[in-house]
Amino acid sequence: MALPQTKLDATEARIAVLDMPRGGWSTTARTAALARLREMGLPGRRDEYWRFTRPDTLVQPEPPAAALFDPRETAAFDAIDKLKIVFVDGVFDAEASDDLTLEGVTIERLAEASSDLHWAASLYGQLEIRGQAAVPRPLAALNTAFATDGLLIHVTGKPSKPISISYRHASETSDAILHHVVKVDAGAEATILENGPAAARFNKCMEVDVADGAKLHHVRTQGRDHERRAATHVFARLGAESVFKSFTLTANGALTRNEVVIELTGDDALVHVAGACVGDGDFLHDDTVFITHDAVNCESRQVFKKVLRNGATGVFQGKILVKAGAQKTDGYQISQSLLLDEDSQFLAKPELEIYADDVACSHGSTSGAIDEEALFYLRSRGVPEPQAVNLLTLAFLAEAVAEIEDERLAEEITTRIEEWLIRHRS
Amino acid sequence: MAALDQTQVKEGVDQETVDAVREVSTYKYGWNTEIEMEYAPKGLTPDIVRLISDRNEEPEWMTEWRLAAYERWLTKKEPDWAMVDYPEIDFQDQYYYARPKSMIEKPKSLDDVDPKLLATYEKLGIPLKEQMILAGVEGAEGAPAEGRKVAVDAVFDSVSVGTTFQAELKKAGVIFCSISDAIREHPELVRKYLGTVVPVSDNFYATLNSAVFSDGSFVYVPPGVRCPMELSTYFRINAENTGQFERTLIIADKGSYVSYLEGCTAPMRETSQLHAAVVEIIVEEDAEVKYSTVQNWYPGDENGKGGIYNFVTKRADCRGDRAKVMWTQVETGSAVTWKYPSCILRGDESQGEFYSIAITNHHQQADTGTKMIHLGKNTRSRIVSKGISAGQAQNTYRGLVSMHPKARNSRNYTQCDSLLIGDRCGAHTVPYIEVRNNSSRVEHEATTSKVDDDQMFYCRQRGMDEEEAVALIVNGFAKEVLQALPMEFALEAQQLVAISLEGSVG
Repeated sequence: MALPQTKLDATEARIAVLDMPRGGWSTTARTAALARLREMGLPGRRDEYWRFTRPDTLVQPEPPAAALFDPRETAAFDAIDKLKIVFVDGVFDAEASDDLTLEGVTIERLAEASSDLHWAASLYGQLEIRGQAAVPRPLAALNTAFATDGLLIHVTGKPSKPISISYRHASETSDAILHHVVKVDAGAEATILENGPAAARFNKCMEVDVADGAKLHHVRTQGRDHERRAATHVFARLGAESVFKSFTLTANGALTRNEVVIELTGDDALVHVAGACVGDGDFLHDDTVFITHDAVNCESRQVFKKVLRNGATGVFQGKILVKAGAQKTDGYQISQSLLLDEDSQFLAKPELEIYADDVACSHGSTSGAIDEEALFYLRSRGVPEPQAVNLLTLAFLAEAVAEIEDERLAEEITTRIEEWLIRHRS
Repeated sequence: MAALDQTQVKEGVDQETVDAVREVSTYKYGWNTEIEMEYAPKGLTPDIVRLISDRNEEPEWMTEWRLAAYERWLTKKEPDWAMVDYPEIDFQDQYYYARPKSMIEKPKSLDDVDPKLLATYEKLGIPLKEQMILAGVEGAEGAPAEGRKVAVDAVFDSVSVGTTFQAELKKAGVIFCSISDAIREHPELVRKYLGTVVPVSDNFYATLNSAVFSDGSFVYVPPGVRCPMELSTYFRINAENTGQFERTLIIADKGSYVSYLEGCTAPMRETSQLHAAVVEIIVEEDAEVKYSTVQNWYPGDENGKGGIYNFVTKRADCRGDRAKVMWTQVETGSAVTWKYPSCILRGDESQGEFYSIAITNHHQQADTGTKMIHLGKNTRSRIVSKGISAGQAQNTYRGLVSMHPKARNSRNYTQCDSLLIGDRCGAHTVPYIEVRNNSSRVEHEATTSKVDDDQMFYCRQRGMDEEEAVALIVNGFAKEVLQALPMEFALEAQQLVAISLEGSVG
């Protein structure tokens, strides 16, 4: 079907200001992605998949300016022993980064990998294509075509510390596009951390291939800059008996759309995707998750909690697709929002599509204000109202934070939430 | 039925449920009435619209209204977002008007109606004689005659054959007649309300219906009146290649009450037939309307051949404070169902309820659900939906709960369960939830164990086991409403109560 003219124009206008990096093994994938993008067109306000989130500012050629946040703030995961890799406005910062060598993993940069035969070539843009099957995700295709850099992480063993990617934001008008590829070999295990606001506008894609019996933990915090915008995608394919756990904390930001697309292709695999977000004022946070069960006896879990105040908007679109034959599937999904005042809103579409009869899938979605009775209980025991509200808010988010396996990381996330609550006390 | 017989049913699914699904999937109404018909020429043109208007002896304003709708329809696109898949419909290869020749001269009373038509309804279990007690309804014989009275408007293809108990209803001030009669006899009411709940341009099928609707029912209950009996309309499609486009308009004025029932069947035909209805309900202050449907259109054969395409727009507008509307639907028929009976909760403290059982088998596809639009303060809504899919059928719940910023302190509770029988069918849930204020609570649940704790406690305390208690609480509505259905198919609906949602998925 031909695209509407406005969509064609918007897509071409965006492409016109971008340069496709040429040469090297990724060229074929990039060219194909550009063709794909032109076919789909960039998202528009009338697209069903963008029903709750206006994509305009993610699509327009130049990003709206975004002021920088307090630079004195300590970055998340600061105290944790890690291999640190830093990007400033999407540009690799060698000075600030550690040496990229670590036992059990090889790390290269997309911008530097130019040999014709690279392991990442079989994955780059390929998992993204698979993720396009059910719903078009044009911003991901744009990313594949135009990513300026990114990391190619090949986990072959069990690295002793997490690989941490820090995204710093220094320019008020930066527009960053990064694309990572992560391959975890059979039986290998790693943790990837991400933190920081990245840029005025950030388009990030991460393709993850978790082989049989492998494990990948992913914990990220998205920076607190009030005006930043981000569209991120995680595309993950899981082999038999593999584990992938991903948690995201989002604090502020004018617009964040996090898409997570998971394919369970091997039997007995397990995936947990969780998110906590806290938003104050001009804030829209959108979690869009699509989990496909295409193997027997897999488990998927989605836990998303949102705390919203002063007109903030929370969006959740989650889907569990159980293909014919994916028997003994255990799919669980919960999305909840806590609206701290009258102006905030929660928009959700928790979806199930099931073609197998011997499965247990459930989903729940709730929205409401803080529990008056619980508040009264705390007040009657002498806890002042602001603290009581914070306590209850923290308790509300705890279910999502509990999805993080590593206790130190969970603590780190809790600290971040506490800081936010103190700063944004009513 | 072969498909279902061979199906391996997974452990935990109640055998009684499988049997009940098998039973309701056997189509009993597939016979045809041999009767001479008068058809309008095939296809849809302004002339056909005028012809329908002319046959119904409508005033000029109505003809204009239809023609305007026709013009709008030409600009509209068929919706494609539902999870249903069917060959493209050729809207020019259909008859839009068909009436029995014996109806050309409108019969003066039911006694003058062609005996063949009366026999058709008799056979369907819908006697069009007022003195007769409805056959086949459990307990009907024992019930006091007063309590069992049901007024019926019988629609055969494009025309209303007759309406019973009109005189008795008139005494109470209730107007119950075919919509074509209402347009002629109560134009002020029709003009005031028609198209105000479902606007002409609402959607492709509603716009089509606005242009070509041929008949349907009209109900007006005056202020403070409790309608003395149940009202019902029975729709029968008989002619081949003919679409049925009925329009129902129900107005419950301040403080009134009415319970309305709708039933429908069609003969087995090899080609699919189109049915696009619009139902509009206006509920004023303190009024209450119960609308129950047993949808049993021909579902097509085991291989998916034939069957009715059922594209229906139903909406109730709770205009006044404390208005209440309850939709109950039992969907077992049709090859394709596209239907979302909805509630606009405009008045403060108004209430909307939606209870649905949708059963699909063989190659049936159902995409059905509801919209609860909360606009007024302290409004409440409740959605209970059960979808059961067998054979190669697809069953989708699609719904919207919307809390507007001014709908403070409102409440919604939604429960959707689906059950798959066999591994070649599908069950899907597509709920939209939009909460735009924080004093409202919205809960969407999808497990059978999640019933109200207090009710559960009450039942358990009285010695019921958990399963029984859940069945009572969740099915309670069904029993209550289905047993009240006055027609022969109530029996069939009662069987559905045996269905257990154990082993269901969200």
